[in-house]
Order: sequence, then C-alpha cells, then structure tokens
Amino acid sequence: MTTGSRPPTARPGLPPTVPERNVALVDLLDRLLAGGVVIAGEITLSIADVDLVRISLRAMIASVRAATQATDQEPT
Amino acid sequence: MSTQPPTNTWLYAIADAGCTPPPGLTGVAGETLRAIAAPDLTALAGSVPRGDFDEEPLRAHLADAAWLEHAVRAHHRVVDTLARTAPMLPLRFATLYRDDRRAAAMLERHHDELLASLGHVTGRVEWGVKAYAGLAGPTPDAAAESGDTRQDPAARPGTAYLLRRQAQHHRREQDQQQAADDAQDVHTVLAQAAAEATRHPLQRPETVGRTEPMVLNGAYLVEQARTAAFHAAVDALSARFPGLRLETTGPWPPYSFTAAVQPGDEQR
Repeated sequence: MTTGSRPPTARPGLPPTVPERNVALVDLLDRLLAGGVVIAGEITLSIADVDLVRISLRAMIASVRAATQATDQEPT
Repeated sequence: MSTQPPTNTWLYAIADAGCTPPPGLTGVAGETLRAIAAPDLTALAGSVPRGDFDEEPLRAHLADAAWLEHAVRAHHRVVDTLARTAPMLPLRFATLYRDDRRAAAMLERHHDELLASLGHVTGRVEWGVKAYAGLAGPTPDAAAESGDTRQDPAARPGTAYLLRRQAQHHRREQDQQQAADDAQDVHTVLAQAAAEATRHPLQRPETVGRTEPMVLNGAYLVEQARTAAFHAAVDALSARFPGLRLETTGPWPPYSFTAAVQPGDEQR
C-alpha cells in the first residue's frame, strides 16, 4: 500500500496540497542540509556544523515522539 | 536608513531572469523577500539581521533545536512556494552573503553552471519514496515465546529452547537481507521511471516514529509528463513486494538534484 501525499501534479501554479506542518522534519533535513546548490557563501555551515545540527534535531524529534507515544499509551 | 540594524543577505533559490518573489511570503527572519538580478538569473533573497545571522550568533542558534526547526521550515516554505510557480534551484540551507552586490557577483561568476543546472530540473519534480520492511510484528514463534513460560526457561527443555532462538535469529537475518535486496530492486525500477535518482541515508526508526526498519530512502527527479507513470510504478512495486511498505512524499523542490552545480572553490 502506498501512503503519503499524492496530489495531482501540474506543478506550476498549484497551491500547496500538503499542510506545511505535515512535512516531516526528518525528510526536510535530508534535503535542506544535504541537498540544494552549495555555493561557498561568505557564511556557510561547515560539514561539522551540519552534523551537529542533524544530531541535535534528530535527538529532539526522537524525544518528542517518545513523549507522544508515552502519552498515547501506544502498545510496544 | 542609519537606524536600521546591519543585515546579511540570505539566499533561498535561484531562478530564471525576471522571476519575482510570490507576494506575502516571508523568510527565515520574518523578512519580506526580494529578487537580486544578474544576467539570465535571479536569486530570491531576504535581509536578515546580523545579530542573529552572522557567523557566531548563527552557530549558537543552530544548537537550539526549536529555533532551527523554525528556520528550516521557513526556508522550505519559501523554496517550496517558489517551486510551484517557476523552475528553480534551491540553495543549501544557510547560504549567506554580506550584501546583495556580492550575491549578484556570485551569480555572474557561476552563470554557466547555474543556468545548466536550472535547465536540468526544469519540467521535472522530485518525489521521495521510502520503503519499510514489515519486520515489526512478532512472528508466530516469537508470540508463542512471550507466554508465561518465558520467565521460566526450565519449564521447557533447554536445548530445544536454544535451537528455537537460534532459528528465529537466523530467520530474522534472512528477512532483513531479503528486505534490503527488495529495496534495491524497488530503487532500480523507480530510477528507470525517473530522469535521475539518488538514495538518502536511511532514517532511524526512532526519528520516524515507526518500529519497522527503513530499507530505502530514495529521491527521484521525474518528468512532469511522466508523473502518473511513476506513481503507477510505485503501486506495481507495492503489489510485487508485499513484504515492503512503500511511502511516497512530495512533490518536492529539486533539493536532491542540484549536485551538478557544486562551485565550491569560491575566492573570498
């Protein structure tokens, strides 16, 4: 079964079909921190900075999920 | 003007000449957006206060997960909104210049690569497809094992117990290998339905909020005209590999397909 968003995709002009908050932060991190055109700006994140950012955000996501699951009393 | 705090120029995306920022859109610092023009190209940019966005304060903010999430989402909102109106190249999060003039100079310096890369993504859209191995649920044997007797191994013959555990362990390893092989097949088929394909690192179960292990975190640059065929391919793969759970995300701006432009050796 395929889940997730699948809007019809005549892209230009289309309004966003997925509410912004529903975009998973982990998916954003994969793309924003590792993707995109890299040009040495005058201030850019070093690889070390990006790794730190990833670690801190992933840890946050994990702890938020753990807390949510605890309150939801999810089995296992 | 002299009362304005000093700012840096944050770049969001590069598009064709004449591109204008969608009205009402604001950036990472809540700033209004503007276009920086160069020959054949436009950079979408915003002015952000140096108090927050100079090297040192920025680094400090990065350690603040909530601040960072806000900024990451704001950057994406701008890029995503623009991507729905025009072909564009997203810029790496936190690409900053001292001022517009220097940003424009960068556009001129990398004119050819940027234009070629823009051509590469024009008319194409990025989709994400993730696959999870359906290994989470307890196997029938494991379920039987979790009965009362588990607390009391002496209640069953020890050798049989160990053999059973060994067999379970072996089967789990086989299942994982099978799932990894299937994931590779999925990626290969989807890559054929796409103009370009790449695999992101697998996300860990605890960050995804699932118990099943992820076995594929793919990104696919798909011709708009072939969107339906791509999704049909995903559905066919779901049917072919019932042991995998496929999840589609997108459409995304072409974040994962700008590697053609990596003008890294900038002269400061």
